[in-house]
Amino acid sequence: MFSVIELENISKTYENTHALKQVSLNILEGEVFSLLGPNGSGKTTLLRIMAGIERPTSGEMRFNGVKVEEGNINHVRSKTTMVFQKTALFNTSVYKNIAYGLRLRGLTKKETAEKIRETLKTVMLEGYEKRPAKKLSGGEQQRVALARALALDTQVLLLDEPTANIDPKTASIIENVLSWVNKEKKTTMVIATHNVFQTETLAKRAALLLEGKIVKVGAPQEIFALPSKLLASYARLENVFSGVSKVTGEGNSLVDVGDGVQIETAFEKTGNVTVFVRPEDIILSLNPIVSSARNSFEGRIVEISDLGTIARLRVKAGRDFTVQITKRSFNDMQLNIDSKVFLAFKASSVQTV
Amino acid sequence: MNLALGNEIIDGLIKAFQLIFSGDPTVVEICVRSVLISGSATILAFLWSLPVAVTLGLKRFRGRFLIKGFFNAMLGMPTVALGLIFYLFFSKAGPIGFLRLLYSPTAVIIGQAILITPITVSFITSAIESVDPEIKDLAKTLGASETEASIAVLKESMNGVVLAVTASFNRAIAELGVVLMIGGNIAGFTSVLTTTIALETSKGEIALAIALAIILLLIVFVLTLAVNLFQRRITYVFRD
Repeated sequence: MFSVIELENISKTYENTHALKQVSLNILEGEVFSLLGPNGSGKTTLLRIMAGIERPTSGEMRFNGVKVEEGNINHVRSKTTMVFQKTALFNTSVYKNIAYGLRLRGLTKKETAEKIRETLKTVMLEGYEKRPAKKLSGGEQQRVALARALALDTQVLLLDEPTANIDPKTASIIENVLSWVNKEKKTTMVIATHNVFQTETLAKRAALLLEGKIVKVGAPQEIFALPSKLLASYARLENVFSGVSKVTGEGNSLVDVGDGVQIETAFEKTGNVTVFVRPEDIILSLNPIVSSARNSFEGRIVEISDLGTIARLRVKAGRDFTVQITKRSFNDMQLNIDSKVFLAFKASSVQTV
Repeated sequence: MNLALGNEIIDGLIKAFQLIFSGDPTVVEICVRSVLISGSATILAFLWSLPVAVTLGLKRFRGRFLIKGFFNAMLGMPTVALGLIFYLFFSKAGPIGFLRLLYSPTAVIIGQAILITPITVSFITSAIESVDPEIKDLAKTLGASETEASIAVLKESMNGVVLAVTASFNRAIAELGVVLMIGGNIAGFTSVLTTTIALETSKGEIALAIALAIILLLIVFVLTLAVNLFQRRITYVFRD
């Protein structure tokens, strides 16, 4: 398939920090690509380079097969657009915010008005044209920013944490809009996110970025299948399991995540799913306990990390689970490497998309 | 004596209002000349300050802080010293003496324009700097070139720019020292509100001085108020 953006050994250095180290990546035409990584891993810098608003310290970027240089950077900017994590708006009406890019592209007044009406409808902000953009709520502002980007019908849409810091309702509107745009307009999208579930719903391919380096590129499931020790360095990827789910009763499913581990959930889903359990939702005990928790496993501690008042344990119970307990409990239970322990968590603690 | 002075002030006030409302030709002439001279000076200062301020506000280069510091320091420049420097430049023996500008309205316009340049530059620079740094990047992501992105930032700072121009005009029209030293307060030629107020007061012509002072205050207040009231509209006009 045709690569819209090709990055070859891209590095970016700010004074003493290496934001990106030798990043090579291809973004294919029409795909939704997800950049996964914790804060500070270089996701935003990478997006800014792709958007043509930041120049790499070294390495080469090609856009539609043409090497990007100072002379043709404006061409890249006209073919791509980016939605920032922190919503940036011009201090004027919603209409003029969206009209800005359209005017640069030479649309007539009539075409502009039509386009604005259409995109505002897409983001469910019909009739907001005359409202002062900066007086809208956070979620509405983010949707205006999205509408402003969508109106341009660019070949590539770059999104930096599009649903971070906004209410779940707006987040779901934005996600729906994005998947609609990708399907209907075949827009190529690169989404930087730390929300692993967004990755799975929207993206077909993803890259895991850690400390400015690409650790892995592949299908989201392949990334979640990486050794958990590596994923553990990335908070939200702890206790993430991919597997096959089948419905076992009303409101329940059983997900087989391999190595003899089956996780019971409080949702009904069939087929491939990715689930995760927060480390603090897992109860750890020395003896098997009788409780309402639908999931219980026996395992052994393979790693202990001291995090001040809390201790983080990695327990091998078929698959690796990360468990978080207070330092006091840890001391009272006299735990050590290879201690035999029991894990329990509720079906409702298991989250998925 | 107190009573006498009190009467004099009241007399002066009454006469002042008579002068203002009767449309006294001398008063009108001085007012028009003041506004024209200071207006020209403001436009002149704006024209050369804008590129400087845009460069200082948007570009990062070596020596930027030094230049910003220079303009900030110039804000507090004693105007008599500045007037003396101008006098030496414009006088027959000075480097531009051959232009024969001393004691001409042109000299006053140039003098006022240079005097207010630090205000215009500093205010516009800080207005540009106060714009969200992401605005420039935002404009670029929407397809703007470097220049178009800079214009977008300038438009965002339009409130501050309008304020800078207003403050500069107010400062120019209120200036006495520089205007007196290079304009010479020649009646019917270079005399403006401030110089006439000073002269008439020293001559004991309190009524005319009060009338002109009231007009000077009115010009400053009405202009500032009008700008404040119409700021939104001005900003919107410029945004289109």
